[in-house]
Amino acid sequence: MAEHLPDAAKRAERSDHSPWNWLLLLPLAVTLYPPLYNRESPDLFGIPFFYWYQMVAIGIGVTCTIVVYRMTRR
Amino acid sequence: MFDNVNAVQLTVFTVLFVAVSALGFVAARWRRPDDLEHLDEWGLGGRNFGSWITWFLIGGDLYTAYTFVAVPALVFGAGAIGFFAVPYTIVVYPIVFLVLIRLWSVSHVHGFVTPADFVRARHGSSTLALLVAITGIIATMPYIALQLVGIEAVLKAMGVTGHVPIIVAFTILAAYTYNSGLRAPALIAFVKDILIYLVIIVAVIVIPYKLGGWDEIFGAAEAKFAASPNPGDGVLLAGPSQLQYATLAFGSALALFLYPHSITGVLAARDRNVIKRNMAALPAYTFILGLLALLGYMAIKAEIVPLGADKATGNPGDGNTIVPLLFDQMFPSWFAGVAFAAIGIGALVPAAIMSIAAANLWTRNIYVEYINKNATPKQEAKSSKLASLVVKVGALAAILALDPQFSIDLQLIGGIIILQTLPAVVLGLYTRWFHRWGLIAGWAAGMVVGFWATYQIQQKIFNADGTITIKKEHFGGSGFPLEKLGFDTTTVIYAGFLALVANLIVCALATLLFRAMKVPDGEDATQHSEYFADQGDPRLRDLPEIVH
Repeated sequence: MAEHLPDAAKRAERSDHSPWNWLLLLPLAVTLYPPLYNRESPDLFGIPFFYWYQMVAIGIGVTCTIVVYRMTRR
Repeated sequence: MFDNVNAVQLTVFTVLFVAVSALGFVAARWRRPDDLEHLDEWGLGGRNFGSWITWFLIGGDLYTAYTFVAVPALVFGAGAIGFFAVPYTIVVYPIVFLVLIRLWSVSHVHGFVTPADFVRARHGSSTLALLVAITGIIATMPYIALQLVGIEAVLKAMGVTGHVPIIVAFTILAAYTYNSGLRAPALIAFVKDILIYLVIIVAVIVIPYKLGGWDEIFGAAEAKFAASPNPGDGVLLAGPSQLQYATLAFGSALALFLYPHSITGVLAARDRNVIKRNMAALPAYTFILGLLALLGYMAIKAEIVPLGADKATGNPGDGNTIVPLLFDQMFPSWFAGVAFAAIGIGALVPAAIMSIAAANLWTRNIYVEYINKNATPKQEAKSSKLASLVVKVGALAAILALDPQFSIDLQLIGGIIILQTLPAVVLGLYTRWFHRWGLIAGWAAGMVVGFWATYQIQQKIFNADGTITIKKEHFGGSGFPLEKLGFDTTTVIYAGFLALVANLIVCALATLLFRAMKVPDGEDATQHSEYFADQGDPRLRDLPEIVH
């Protein structure tokens, strides 16, 4: 759509706005409220919930950033 | 100096260390530039690192040797609170994802090398830029010193004592950093990270197996903390520490990419996509850090006693030695040597990048700004190379001449003061609403509150008979009890967070005040579109006619 515009104008149009960016808040929500996971059970191979939950949360963080990256690539 | 040394461990350690040092010197020819005598080349590796190099570089930069010994030591001593390193390094990437690409873009267009360069151009205030630069240098120096503590912990565990080995190690480090610049740590980071991954993966498989499984390990930890008179420790967070846990993780995450060495790694990236991809890929290190933290519990089960600990006097000893001691006990000598080398080399990468970042701040924001206004690129590079040496000598002197505790205290404060540059740098990327003098006032308020709060924090030892000994009267940690502000609560909050809140409030109020007084705003040398520029866009510095 912007092909006919000169380079400078095309650059001026750029922005990082995207509704996908809101997904970046999810990793914060699941990790920054300790009452959510500050307990022992259910345990996993003898590891209390507190610990394995936060290890799983790493995966949530990665997934969110990958999705945002892929959906906002230009 | 070499009493009771394990010869096999020391040999493996030395061979790997020497091999890596050789790599550091060779790095000057890697991706060889036409001319290393330019800050873009020496200090930012040519601004051309792709996704893989950036991943190893930033990973090697953020997850330091000190982290690798101190996090498990904290878990060993206090339990769950030490695990804050995991949420901290989960949330940091989504938080900075959008921020860093803006910073990269505007820096790419203008040729900024440091965060203070950006502050100067954006807010039109050399005073504010100077404050940001000095804050960065002060926050980074003790961090470099602490990398030496990491190496020292490993040497101690091998039975090597005395200061000579560490002086030799740092001299070699200083020489190849001077010679090769950012290319040296970038190349060494490959070796460091591969060794670290190897060691940790072996450790979390072999050690729990030897200790009888995770049930046993956590059982031993629970028994230890149940017997301990300290109400704040435990396998789970005690009630009042939950807010501390969250604010410590969040505050540390906000601070991480304000550190000049983190920004150096980011600005060395080739384009925006390299940064975005890395924000998704860097948590692989977080996973390793989480596993490492659990080594603290394994050390409890394995009944590791920190070096220097003495039950009779209640001296807890050097907690930083527990991971090396655990490796020593659990692994055959040759593999323990590999593990020690991983930690030792792990100290070199961040120490090199930190000294480069501090040197760049010196050159760009003090030397060029105040001493030699018309410095040529060659003079800039020379100034940075020399400054990187001075910074390392300073760090070495701090560890050898002063109590290492001084560096630990300073690093604690370092995290708090670097956070005070957030309004000028991060908010500055998004808005020009804040007045330059408002930002300076906020910075000052944040510094005062940060120092005051950490000064108030005591380090307590809970004795078995129920009494409390004040081990340190001041600077005893970063958890600030809210009761000191008059709240009727046992809740504890991260002191840096408190300081940042004060900073932001003063920034806003002072901005309104200066506007009302009609104090002129600074001039903004950047344009809106420059915050979205990518690789391939012409750089202003390549087009001098646009600038003037």
